[in-house]
Amino acid sequence: MPDIFGFFGIAAVLVMIIGFYSILVSQNLIRTLIGMEILTKSVTLLIILAGYLTHKMGLAQAMAITLIIIEVALTVVAVGIVLCIFRNENNVDAANLRDLKG
Amino acid sequence: MTDEQLHIIEAISLAVMVLLALWSVMTTFLLRAVVGLALTSALVATLMFLLGAPMAAVFELSVCAGLIPAIFLSAISITRRQTALTMVVETKEQIKQFWFLPVLVIMAGVAMTQVHVPQLAVRLAGVPDQDVREVLWNLRHLDLLGQIIILLGGAFGVVALVRGVQK
Repeated sequence: MPDIFGFFGIAAVLVMIIGFYSILVSQNLIRTLIGMEILTKSVTLLIILAGYLTHKMGLAQAMAITLIIIEVALTVVAVGIVLCIFRNENNVDAANLRDLKG
Repeated sequence: MTDEQLHIIEAISLAVMVLLALWSVMTTFLLRAVVGLALTSALVATLMFLLGAPMAAVFELSVCAGLIPAIFLSAISITRRQTALTMVVETKEQIKQFWFLPVLVIMAGVAMTQVHVPQLAVRLAGVPDQDVREVLWNLRHLDLLGQIIILLGGAFGVVALVRGVQK
């Protein structure tokens, strides 16, 4: 039976799998973005866990803060793209996006 | 608080975090999915506090449990044209198609509890443990510059996208 830090790792991996599942299964673009956010949560938790186990919490926190800021920028741009798609196609269903030009 | 009590709180928080993430993905309504995401982020922030990472926990709580759900809610309010019934029907079809994936996840989780997870033996060469503020300002100053550029790029990108649509 693993110790508590094993449970941390297992829980983070399960959340990562859940995020991947949402990205793979969802046709709604907003739900896909939510899956990507959930995936990032697990990565952030694993970085902090690695920092705790290696006693490098300062570096781990710096990495986690960097990751959170990049996640925000990514989310904002991705939501902007989804809104543009909605204004052109009037829906956010990935299955209906078949009008590629070029 | 004893170590055992702390471990119990951590174990319960981990289990609730996984369940909330699962609920956020499996629920048929987008608003509930966003609420589940916010609650998952709040629990991740709690776990970060318990692991001794208060600054990262504050960022996680304020940004990922506050700002990002607000962005999603505004996007949902703008794009919500489908009726609730249509969304429920489509989500039920998807769940039928990929019913085996959550079962695989649960089986993988149970199997992993039987495996001995070895302790990490990673060594970071030549980096003494410092305060996160010293690390960000002295050691990772290029990361700070990168973060500023990414934030500005994201802001200008969104402005450009919105302007292009309006034309």
